[in-house]
Amino acid sequence: MSYSAEQISIMDSIITRYPRKRSAIMPLLHFVQSISGYVTPEGIEKIAEKLELSTAEVTAVSTFYTQYKPEPVGEYHVGVCTNTLCAVLGGDAIFDAVSEHLGIENDETTKDGKVSLERIECNAACDYAPVVMVNWEFFDNQTVQSVKDLVDGARAGNPPAPTRGPKTLRTWKENSAVLAGLSDGLAGEGPSAGHASLLGLNLSKEGK
Amino acid sequence: MSKLSPVLSAHWDEADSFTLEGYKRHGGYKAATKALAMTPDEVIALVKDSGLRGRGGAGFPTGMKWSFIPQGDNKAHYLVVNADESEPGTCKDTPLLMANPHVLIEGMIIASYAIRANYAFIYIRGEIVHVVRRVQQAIAEAYAAGLLGKNIGGTGFDLELVLHVGAGAYICGEETALLDSLEGFRGQPRLRPPFPAIAGLYALPTVVNNVESIASVPAIIEHGNEWFQAMGTEKSKGFTLYSLSGHVKNPGQIEAPLGITLRELLELAGGVRAGHTLKFWTPGGSSTPLFTAEHLDVPLDYEGVAAAGSMLGTKALQIFDETTCIVRAVLRWTEFYKHESCGKCTPCREGTWWLVQIIRDLEAGKGTPADLDKLIDITNNIAGRSFCALADGAASPIISSIKYFRAEYEAHLSQGGCPFDPVASTIFATAGQP
Repeated sequence: MSYSAEQISIMDSIITRYPRKRSAIMPLLHFVQSISGYVTPEGIEKIAEKLELSTAEVTAVSTFYTQYKPEPVGEYHVGVCTNTLCAVLGGDAIFDAVSEHLGIENDETTKDGKVSLERIECNAACDYAPVVMVNWEFFDNQTVQSVKDLVDGARAGNPPAPTRGPKTLRTWKENSAVLAGLSDGLAGEGPSAGHASLLGLNLSKEGK
Repeated sequence: MSKLSPVLSAHWDEADSFTLEGYKRHGGYKAATKALAMTPDEVIALVKDSGLRGRGGAGFPTGMKWSFIPQGDNKAHYLVVNADESEPGTCKDTPLLMANPHVLIEGMIIASYAIRANYAFIYIRGEIVHVVRRVQQAIAEAYAAGLLGKNIGGTGFDLELVLHVGAGAYICGEETALLDSLEGFRGQPRLRPPFPAIAGLYALPTVVNNVESIASVPAIIEHGNEWFQAMGTEKSKGFTLYSLSGHVKNPGQIEAPLGITLRELLELAGGVRAGHTLKFWTPGGSSTPLFTAEHLDVPLDYEGVAAAGSMLGTKALQIFDETTCIVRAVLRWTEFYKHESCGKCTPCREGTWWLVQIIRDLEAGKGTPADLDKLIDITNNIAGRSFCALADGAASPIISSIKYFRAEYEAHLSQGGCPFDPVASTIFATAGQP
């Protein structure tokens, strides 16, 4: 594929954010994923051309980071935290059950291309364990049943809303654009803070 | 009077706390105005005198770090905020930025002015997209209001602020790996010296600070050092976010003066989950040596935790009760360090790999008594022998768990497997859900 004039101009605007253009490699990789869903060879070539690097240099960066995918993932990429705390509190049970439910293993995608599954590391929401991330949105305090319902909804085209996030769950490509630095205008949706984040504040208001 | 001290989290319960309007309603950006009327050296001196220390783990005095930036060198200087929160158990900067990104931006204006930087970056982890949205919006609001950009508030001070989104590498939370990543390379740590204050981003003088450290600055500027120093302990001043997670009745964020104990925090959080007892906990994430019930009264400040043999770290208090298998917990952390080792230094890359093999066998009851000594031997051979502290972090849970729970490792050997039921430690077991 070739990139449209609009896409090229977005790439140029990403590059101008930085004092030195090589720094733009990460947002450009996120941007390529927002177009193709993963890091395509064409994307690598375009970034190399824009930043005056070899494709080997761009590939070396792309393969270092787990969020850059070398092949397509699902429209809804489901990450189950199986680092120690979430695993112990139920993340292991959730991963096993959902893997069996979908018939896919770690880093695999359902045949309809709707859902992919990944074991993820600690996602900075331990006070909401067990945590599941879909397209990097928070699904807090999950159970085996809630995640089965989540993936069933996603496959049927009506996934539930994130716990702390927009009113409707965005697709993998749409959220990749946000990570590239392009606003989707949804920052105002969702709560300021979840219940666990307010634990201490509420206690202090009770005079504790 | 409440012993809690919500400063950073004081308005997180308001529906628009993350907007410029919501932030200004409570005096937001007044501290920046005040700081920009001072000289940069006066700002550095004030923060230095406050006693504020880094909230990202190491506890280095923030003002002193700023003072290391060479002045009058006619070079560009940079401020880089580390928002790559990924240490297992750590979950404080993420809710802070979701609920109040403007306090970080205000702190960055003040810090950049102090160190004479006209370009600043927030390096945020990429797996928290809604937090990215909130910070993006806050930066746009600040530019539109003339709080960022050219000639801020007519003071002649210019500041460009860029949000840089990571892509899933724990190692980029290490400050020199972060800088390599921000320069557009694989995120691998650099040998120090030179330190970032001399040769940081693009080999130019750079301050790298944690989100919470910088977010604490506006309140210090606004209320002064006497107010700040009235909280905390002799060498650990001020307020901080403690994050309770795991087998606790009400997990969450509790902002309190430094020096509070886990006993006090647990009391506030409703205690360990009903019918269970505390077995082990991390004071500051998985890279800090484990504590047990005997450490309930250790003051959670930099000195108190260090004196008891661990580190305050990120104040990520992960609580595990008696249903949790220590070997399973440590194995999972070790797998994490193996996965996140960047591969640059041989002791870490190879050592973490072998640690996983050995602990897997131990958990499955296939190990030998000599394996425990071998684990300690390997950890001694990787800790302190790499460019960064990842291998030291990998060693912490292993060494401390063998120290406190050697008999439990041995029980896996004598019973030929794990004596614990993993279902009993899930929250479903408590809640009665499938």
